Amino acid sequence: MSRIVVQKRTFGVLRWVIIVVLIVATVFPFYYMLELSFVPIELLLLHPERLWVPLQNLTLDTYVNVVKPAEDGGQGFAHFMLNSAIVAIATAAITLLVAVPGSYAIARLKFFGRRQVSALFLAVYLFPVIIIAIPLFVGFSALGIRESLVGLVLVYIAQTIPVSIHMLRSYLKSIPESIEEAAMVDGAGRLRILWKIVVPLAMPSIVSTGLYVFMIAWNEFLFALLFLTANRDLWTVSLGLSQLSNGIEVSKTVLMAGSVLLTIPIIVLYSLAERSLTEGLTSGADKG
Amino acid sequence: MTQLSTRVPAPIASRRRASALSRRDNRAGLGMVLPTTIIILAVVIVPVIWNLILAFERTDFTTIAARGILNPLTLENFASVFTDPGFWTSLGTTVVYSIFSTAGSIAVGLVAALAFRKPFRGRGFVRSLMLLPYVAPVVAVTFVWQIMLNPQFGIVNTLGTGVFGWQHPIDFLGKSPYALATVIFFEIWRYFPFAFLFITARLVALPGDVEEAALVDGVTPWQNFRHVVLPQLLPVISLLSVLRLIMTFNKFDDVYLLTGGGAGTEVSAVRVYDLLLGSFDIGGAAANAFVLSAILGVFLFIYVKFFASKGDED
Repeated sequence: MSRIVVQKRTFGVLRWVIIVVLIVATVFPFYYMLELSFVPIELLLLHPERLWVPLQNLTLDTYVNVVKPAEDGGQGFAHFMLNSAIVAIATAAITLLVAVPGSYAIARLKFFGRRQVSALFLAVYLFPVIIIAIPLFVGFSALGIRESLVGLVLVYIAQTIPVSIHMLRSYLKSIPESIEEAAMVDGAGRLRILWKIVVPLAMPSIVSTGLYVFMIAWNEFLFALLFLTANRDLWTVSLGLSQLSNGIEVSKTVLMAGSVLLTIPIIVLYSLAERSLTEGLTSGADKG
Repeated sequence: MTQLSTRVPAPIASRRRASALSRRDNRAGLGMVLPTTIIILAVVIVPVIWNLILAFERTDFTTIAARGILNPLTLENFASVFTDPGFWTSLGTTVVYSIFSTAGSIAVGLVAALAFRKPFRGRGFVRSLMLLPYVAPVVAVTFVWQIMLNPQFGIVNTLGTGVFGWQHPIDFLGKSPYALATVIFFEIWRYFPFAFLFITARLVALPGDVEEAALVDGVTPWQNFRHVVLPQLLPVISLLSVLRLIMTFNKFDDVYLLTGGGAGTEVSAVRVYDLLLGSFDIGGAAANAFVLSAILGVFLFIYVKFFASKGDED
């Protein structure tokens, strides 16, 4: 019996140690990011050990500098954010537009080739992104859409369709079929049923899928790097931050302000959709 | 697929109506998946096939501009891939990186899921904090890590030399044995939330009765974990291992952003990128990328053939 008690106590303590360590490990980098974004670079170099900012040293110049257009001596992040927003919103909207009917068909309709189509969507994950990057780089250059946001959106849609279909499909399957059957008796076609009945019922899942797609597109780096590096006007926030952090011209705390601007939209969206997002992602996993 | 077999056969009278319906469903279904299918074909499948063709061609940017996709065929690209020691080094690095990152992130995710198993005040909030590294933009978090680990003014080295008495600051991202370890450590940090999420979902769904019976019988918490809980988690852990291995094997962003592939961290994806944009060797890059996905394909084939249980399909 005593072994049980000893273990219970040990694990009881260990559990809290683990929780505290995990909180520090996950939150500290974000705290550090936020803190350094308000510090003039001289102060960081003078007091690298500080984990707080004395109030009188707090500055917003970092943010002003990072947001200001390049012509005015800033880094132009406002423009990068606009590019990112355009790309992410367009990606989310178009992905939903094609993935909602697609996932409905896969969840509900027995059409010829359903198995093959599902397998095709899964296959997207199996190929290293870099393998499609080479032909896309060459092909988009030939088509003249490589150095444009359109090319980027096209790639992002293809990259996010599989996960969208996965999230939507499991939700659609949970909607009782009888509701649709009633409408079918009334003579409604599938598209009408999808639009009038299924879409309103599946709204929570559609919204969280859309947010997730937005987040993926907002965060994406490789294709932005491949396609847009040469044209600063088209840089997304991710690309802008990585390009500027490679150089030494821009101070690190200014770039920290840039990272905060890059991160905040994601944290806001994530906190709005956390619950449905985690459920959507892990759907199926709880069955073992 | 399972719905088909469990369907009750329709009575003969309504069979004609049902078959008209199924024909309509067939058409509607095809129409509805068509847009997605076209996009996937155009942006993923065609490029994959094109990559295969490029791998067998003698090409660079000038010949492609002049002659399009038809170029003289050759095996030279593969020959140079396999004879280049850089390929084998990067493959070795990729394997080490993938295995340790996968194992580490799943282990930490498992420990985290177990630690959060019993409810406490604020658990929901703290749990959502755990996912921050996973959802945050990779460029932002790699940048913060670079600054944290900076030898001159990074907080880690400042604390290390000031508090822990290190002789010298450590160049975590720029020196050979450290850099790979740091990159793996970063990967564990960024992806343990993914494992945490999936293992937690499974833990919540575990039937409680076996465990209750075991605890009434007086097993220790460790025995309970080892013999009751862990076996029930194994399917999700093996699924996670495969998913994470594939993802990490192909990983580009994290390593490229942290070290640029320097100091012994050049994983295969970064090498392909360097071949493509550093030396403009399209054929070599394509052949290298093809070999990578062939390796993954073999690995997956073995997994599906020997380890995947029938229930995994859904």
